[in-house]
Amino acid sequence: MPNMTMIQALNSALDNMMARDPTVLTYGEDCGYFGGVFRVTEHLQKKYGPKRCFDAPINECGIAATAIGMAVYGLRPVIEIQFADYMYPAYDQLVSEAARIRYRSANDYTVPMTVRMPYGGGIYGGQTHSQSPEALFTHVAGLKTVIPSTPYDAKGLLISAIEDDDPVIFLEPKRVYNGPFDGRRDRPVIPWAKHPASEVPDEYYKIPLGKANTVREGADLTILAYGTMVHVALAAAEESGIDAEVIDLRTLVPVDIEAIVASVSKTGRCVIVHEATRTSGYGAELSALVQEHCFYQLEAPIQRVTGFDTPYPHALEWEYFPTPQRLIKAMRRVMEA
Amino acid sequence: MSSRKPNALDLHVPAPRARPGDKPDFSGWRFPEPGDTPRPDVAASAVELRDFAYGLIRVLDMQGNALGPWTPEIAPETLRRGLKYMLVTRAFDDRMYRAQRQGKTSFYMQSFGEEAVSIAQALALNPDDMCFPSYRQQGLLIARDYPLVEMMNQIYSNARDPVKGRQLPVMYSSKKDGFFTISGNLATQAPQAVGWAMASAYSGDLRIASTWLGEGSTAEGDFHAAMTFAGVYRAPVIINVVNNQWAISSFQGIAGGENTTFAARGVGYGIPPLRVDGNDFLAVYAVTRWAAERARANLGPTLIEHFTYRAGAHSTSDDPSRYRPADEGRAWPLGDPVERLKQHLIALGEWSEEQHRQAQEEALEQVRAAGREAEKVGVLGADGAHPPSSMFEDVYKDMPWHLRQQRDELGA
Repeated sequence: MPNMTMIQALNSALDNMMARDPTVLTYGEDCGYFGGVFRVTEHLQKKYGPKRCFDAPINECGIAATAIGMAVYGLRPVIEIQFADYMYPAYDQLVSEAARIRYRSANDYTVPMTVRMPYGGGIYGGQTHSQSPEALFTHVAGLKTVIPSTPYDAKGLLISAIEDDDPVIFLEPKRVYNGPFDGRRDRPVIPWAKHPASEVPDEYYKIPLGKANTVREGADLTILAYGTMVHVALAAAEESGIDAEVIDLRTLVPVDIEAIVASVSKTGRCVIVHEATRTSGYGAELSALVQEHCFYQLEAPIQRVTGFDTPYPHALEWEYFPTPQRLIKAMRRVMEA
Repeated sequence: MSSRKPNALDLHVPAPRARPGDKPDFSGWRFPEPGDTPRPDVAASAVELRDFAYGLIRVLDMQGNALGPWTPEIAPETLRRGLKYMLVTRAFDDRMYRAQRQGKTSFYMQSFGEEAVSIAQALALNPDDMCFPSYRQQGLLIARDYPLVEMMNQIYSNARDPVKGRQLPVMYSSKKDGFFTISGNLATQAPQAVGWAMASAYSGDLRIASTWLGEGSTAEGDFHAAMTFAGVYRAPVIINVVNNQWAISSFQGIAGGENTTFAARGVGYGIPPLRVDGNDFLAVYAVTRWAAERARANLGPTLIEHFTYRAGAHSTSDDPSRYRPADEGRAWPLGDPVERLKQHLIALGEWSEEQHRQAQEEALEQVRAAGREAEKVGVLGADGAHPPSSMFEDVYKDMPWHLRQQRDELGA
């Protein structure tokens, strides 16, 4: 089985779907001939022709809106927003339109589109190339929000997203595009090739939306994570000596409540980690869900480890980025409570 | 602010010529004579077509004669159908406006004065061409013979409302009639129409798309997105700007109409800009045929500015007497679309005052009959029109656990 980076796995997902389904096409800024600034659509124009993989004008509103029109027609467009930070001009189209067209037309019109966007920091991208806007999507009725953490999951989840009959926001943790970064920037970069989840079949396969993955079993506490933070959580679990169970949520909406409840009920302790700002972040929703479903099993208050409520700072990126050290501190607080 | 510097800058805020109490003032406006505008080849380049952005394509003179090269080939029977649809639309609007005043629904929007735009275009397009309208193109549905009672069921949000009481009145949706679900957020439908047209071209289909938005909404970024994508990918789409002079209380100058025409927006995008008398049924029909023919020949999009006047209020929540002269609509120099088509048919010997009265009576009766049927089903607020559980349906194709839980919480 070939080893793939997350970029290659995403490319393979698109390649599979374009080969299988002539209604699948993909476009975005620099996505055509060049193959995208992160190379996710590389070779697709050459293989499938310029009508199925092409460059879009620098207008995210137009990219999203035309994809809605295409999906309404009966295609399954996959669009790329070059950085999640650039999605705001498309937000009205995604929130007021894509998310609600099935509902407002009483199932007359549907929007089976996938919106890919790289998110997150740790790449010295400053405040306009580092944001994690997932909560701006999870708050919207009618959208599904998916975030993979490994090449294997990225491919299987993207195929599920493309085949889904509702609009899916597919956020790609760009810090782990090329390797499973665990937040320890003082250590050498590990390539995906050394990670078991980089073994990705060339063939078509799916990972269902709405299903979490227990990536580390443990008895002491539960860490709820997604995207890059899954790797940070695993590093924290190893380094802390605390036997943490790490749940990779994979889909934020609809979230796998059963997996969350089962784990927290077992461990009685919960730490939530995400890179996005804290206030009204997705961690607040997770915290509320755990409290609603597991209050009587909880041995300690829930802790959140998140980005701070500031814009993403350029020079102070590593103070902002949730590291294993910060996570370990929170884990100790929860264990000592 | 007391002492201004001699070379001080000054902010310009556009204002209309006439406000309540003033005489309507259209004195500065100059229009080409009917028949004076040449009809270019549909394959003409956008550059050759620039001047059309600053003129006005007119066919009918004010005596009802059809003049010049834009006179469409159109059978008298089609014209009679168009006139009848306009009469039905007007009667429908009148009844639903009153229904709102009687408390039978929350809201209504008329298309009074601009009926020719939707009706002539519906007849000029193929029945399976896809329409992405704004909220004032009810004429499209009527001219596609969508049942009036279904429209009323939607307006009353009653048990037979095709959109299950989820949308504000007039936000119709009918896929089988090629009528896209109306939003309410302005101009969003324009770039969606472009995407639909791109998909049609991608799929080797024969159908084109058409979209409508008001002159006020052209200020939205979505309009720029629509024009950019339509131009870049030569999408088979007609982008219609219905310039009815008023965006609620803001005159068209607030959207940029003081400095240029709305058709001229097309020039910068390399999109043919046709500007047409929107109250001239024949001219609207003719330019739409031209644009459709161009789109079907893979020659790309056309921008049409329909120069018309919103003779009614913006909606039932609006009172135009507070911001414009009460008689401005009557003074509109380009007349009334129904009267002008009627006059033309009479001039052709294809219509009479008596037939017109009869058609008006038939339109009223059609609307009355539909009204009785819809009201029998129920008006807004009727008990049990929609089970509370229906609120949770169609958010997603399959209801996720959290919506099932919320439905249970409601006890529905």
